Amino acid sequence: MNAPLILLDGVDKRFDNGLLALQSFSLAVAPGEFVALLGPSGCGKSTVLRMVAGLAPISSGRLEAPALRDDGTARTAFVFQEPTLMPWASVYDNVWLPLRLAGVSRDEADDRVMRALGAVGLVEFVHGFPGELSGGMKMRVSVARALATRPQVLLMDEPFAALDEITRQRLNADLLASWQAAELAVLFVTHSVFEAVFLSQRVLVMAARPGRIVAEVAIDAPYPRSAAFRGSPTYLSACQRLSQALETAHADAQAR
Amino acid sequence: MRRALPAITMLGLLLAWEALVRLAKIPHYTLPAPSLVLHTLAANFGSLAGSWWFTLKITFGALALACFGGVLIAAVFALSRRVEEAFFPLAVVLQVTPIVAIAPLILIYVESTTAALLLCTWIVAFFPILSNTVIGLRAADPQLRELFRLYRASPWQRMRLLLVPSALPYFIAGLKISGGLSLIGAVTAEMVAGAAGRETGLASRILEASFRTETPKMFAALLLLVLTGVLIFWSFNALSRTLLGRWHATEQERFD
Repeated sequence: MNAPLILLDGVDKRFDNGLLALQSFSLAVAPGEFVALLGPSGCGKSTVLRMVAGLAPISSGRLEAPALRDDGTARTAFVFQEPTLMPWASVYDNVWLPLRLAGVSRDEADDRVMRALGAVGLVEFVHGFPGELSGGMKMRVSVARALATRPQVLLMDEPFAALDEITRQRLNADLLASWQAAELAVLFVTHSVFEAVFLSQRVLVMAARPGRIVAEVAIDAPYPRSAAFRGSPTYLSACQRLSQALETAHADAQAR
Repeated sequence: MRRALPAITMLGLLLAWEALVRLAKIPHYTLPAPSLVLHTLAANFGSLAGSWWFTLKITFGALALACFGGVLIAAVFALSRRVEEAFFPLAVVLQVTPIVAIAPLILIYVESTTAALLLCTWIVAFFPILSNTVIGLRAADPQLRELFRLYRASPWQRMRLLLVPSALPYFIAGLKISGGLSLIGAVTAEMVAGAAGRETGLASRILEASFRTETPKMFAALLLLVLTGVLIFWSFNALSRTLLGRWHATEQERFD
């Protein structure tokens, strides 16, 4: 494995109210790798992402990530569970935002903005406003905004959880296409076993209170993965193993 | 039809008023007919227009100062909770003290009547803008704030691209209230200042006409005040539609 792009080594995270959110948490993500974090709600998955993005400090341990390097450029993008768009700005201006904040003018950014919108199939809605789009389309804008900066790291916090199954599968396929086209490491938080298996190369199962990794499953299937992959033995056995690991983690948490 | 209905209602009421005065032979010093009010307005327009202009100057001058002062103070409050905690009670005290009660004091302290009237009106008008803008500047979506942090936005970028647009609907709501209040403030303050000043607005003309039992003239001046109030209301609604129409829920078309 290459030198990791993201490294958490024995990280503890204690909230201000004293709650121990994560305990000796370790994780390494290589450049270009697609890793899913799978776990029940409240297990600290989102906290891991926020720390990697530099939005929350760690309490102790070691954390290395591009977002924490002080070279003045943000090579990390974040996709939240909600689309988190600016309702007063057009689709174009929303996608332009991260480039604009980095000092890239509208003209200079045009090519990248249009290409990012093309990758999510929204070119014809470029002058629309978020309020005029459906939930799935808003999420596509959010993904386009994340990709527009050509990041090294893409952090996704249950981004498709609120969407219907068809839309979610379509967005999953589009995300894989974008990931393959770029040298991009993805850390994808989800509570869906199926989504985790379909997308990632590795799935890490987390347990709650305190948050920690209890199992790791490699998904040994080549890309591009089509819809047919969802019926393959590899997919089904991985889903089964992960469901079991998740159940054990849950029972463990209940017993505590 | 929707637009015609209020106009028809208005016209009907005016006709009923005209008919009542004519049929019951009510003397014009008790209740003048609408036609007489219009006639009086036309006959005295030269002298009334000067007073109208003075009232307009006080109203819009104070409103402009209220916007400027309210937004400036709100920005300071938004930057520091301490400052807000220290000074907000003072703003409340100014707001809850009836303007009629403080006006005589202000007239003692401030030599120029025009300045005194401006100050009184400002006190009435600035509070809705202040309190709304304070809330608005805090109303930015927390996840959008995090996104701006992730992309290393400068304080100025954050203010211009996030906080100001988030606060705009709140500011406009405050402006709509303050617009009406500033007219009320201007008239009330002048009523209290009364005959003291040489420069006079419509309020003085109403008082003057009342002393001479020139009831039609009172109505004529009142008509100009009503027109001013309606104009303020319409223009701020139009402003709100222009600025928020495309994206904010308060200006979206309703289908009920």
